[in-house]
Amino acid sequence: MTSEHATSVPVAPASGGIDPGGLLACPACDALHRERDVAPGETARCVRCGEVLEAPRDSAMTQIIMLAASALILMIAAIFFPFLELDAAGRVQKSSLLDTVMAFSGGMTAPLTLAMAGLIVILPCIRFLSLIYVLGPMAIGHAPARHAAPVFRMAEALRPWAMAEVFIVGVAVALVKVAGLAHLSIGPAFWAFVALVIVTVLKDNFMSRVTVWRTLELRRPS
Amino acid sequence: MCTRCGARLESRDAASMQKVWAWLVAGLVFFIPANLYPMLRTTLLGKTTESTILGGVVDLTHHGSWGIALIVFVASLCIPVGKFLAIAYLGLSVERKVRLSAHRRQQLYEVVEFIGRWSMIDVFVVAILSSLVQLDFAASINPGIAAVSFALSVAFTMLSAESFDSRLIWDASEEDIE
Repeated sequence: MTSEHATSVPVAPASGGIDPGGLLACPACDALHRERDVAPGETARCVRCGEVLEAPRDSAMTQIIMLAASALILMIAAIFFPFLELDAAGRVQKSSLLDTVMAFSGGMTAPLTLAMAGLIVILPCIRFLSLIYVLGPMAIGHAPARHAAPVFRMAEALRPWAMAEVFIVGVAVALVKVAGLAHLSIGPAFWAFVALVIVTVLKDNFMSRVTVWRTLELRRPS
Repeated sequence: MCTRCGARLESRDAASMQKVWAWLVAGLVFFIPANLYPMLRTTLLGKTTESTILGGVVDLTHHGSWGIALIVFVASLCIPVGKFLAIAYLGLSVERKVRLSAHRRQQLYEVVEFIGRWSMIDVFVVAILSSLVQLDFAASINPGIAAVSFALSVAFTMLSAESFDSRLIWDASEEDIE
């Protein structure tokens, strides 16, 4: 979805024309709004379709970076610690996140392995890393890193494909399915992953895209 | 090009509807084998049973876990079918007049976009089960071919929803006002 339709026009206003720099287009329906300062704590919505345009919060940038960093650490923990333990007829079967990803690796279902790895491990990690890359230098007051804009755009495009939270619900369903068959215990990685999902949701809610873009533009070394 | 982020800009994506229909049809095509072929192959004491998506739901209700059965049923049958219908409806609404207001259609589009990824639940369940339940002879669970086609079907419908240009909804509504 292309956002910021208004800024596509070169910023120098033509004589008598409208200055596109002061306008803001709704990312969902393209209705143009005159931009004005939104105080921290306020929320600006599109008059036509109700999409949230801006909702700046104090110190949001530092919080987002912290959340992204903790999500990364949790992901590392989730990959290497045992995820679930199955105890049936005296045999114990441990399964880590890695085993789950590899579950499809045999036979006809092999391509799914790659997709699974991407959806639940690689894509979320790419998103966390790119957010730290984009916001990190800006939070401590520096100019944004090189290629920050395309990196942030990519992170936003990947958003629907990072499916960690869907995976957690899948785990819950699987737990109930197996519960009758054998005794199950939940490993530390499971809790790490649950925490990771909560952190991800918090982070996405904290982030005001319009504000990030504007800060990126203001601090761009030109 | 957007001067801020460098994304390619188009006032309206002319090929948008074409992409929507193409991905939608691809999703539908893969949805059929996803439901006909087995999703799970369960081996209990040497006896192998295969179950499809619907079969899995029926099994769950036999075990009395209605809540979970409902989740799986909604996620792997209701949501995909609902999505096919919703996208098709939105697509048709761009070309001809419909009763639903533009506002409602925008909301419908947002719901479709948000909910699409949740259909993946069943694929994840299969992956977890088959990595966990590997007790050689006593019991083992292996993924079936339907898992692949189901995952593809979900991915294709997500792409279909993503390539829909939601501004087309509002173009039609503004023409009505004039």
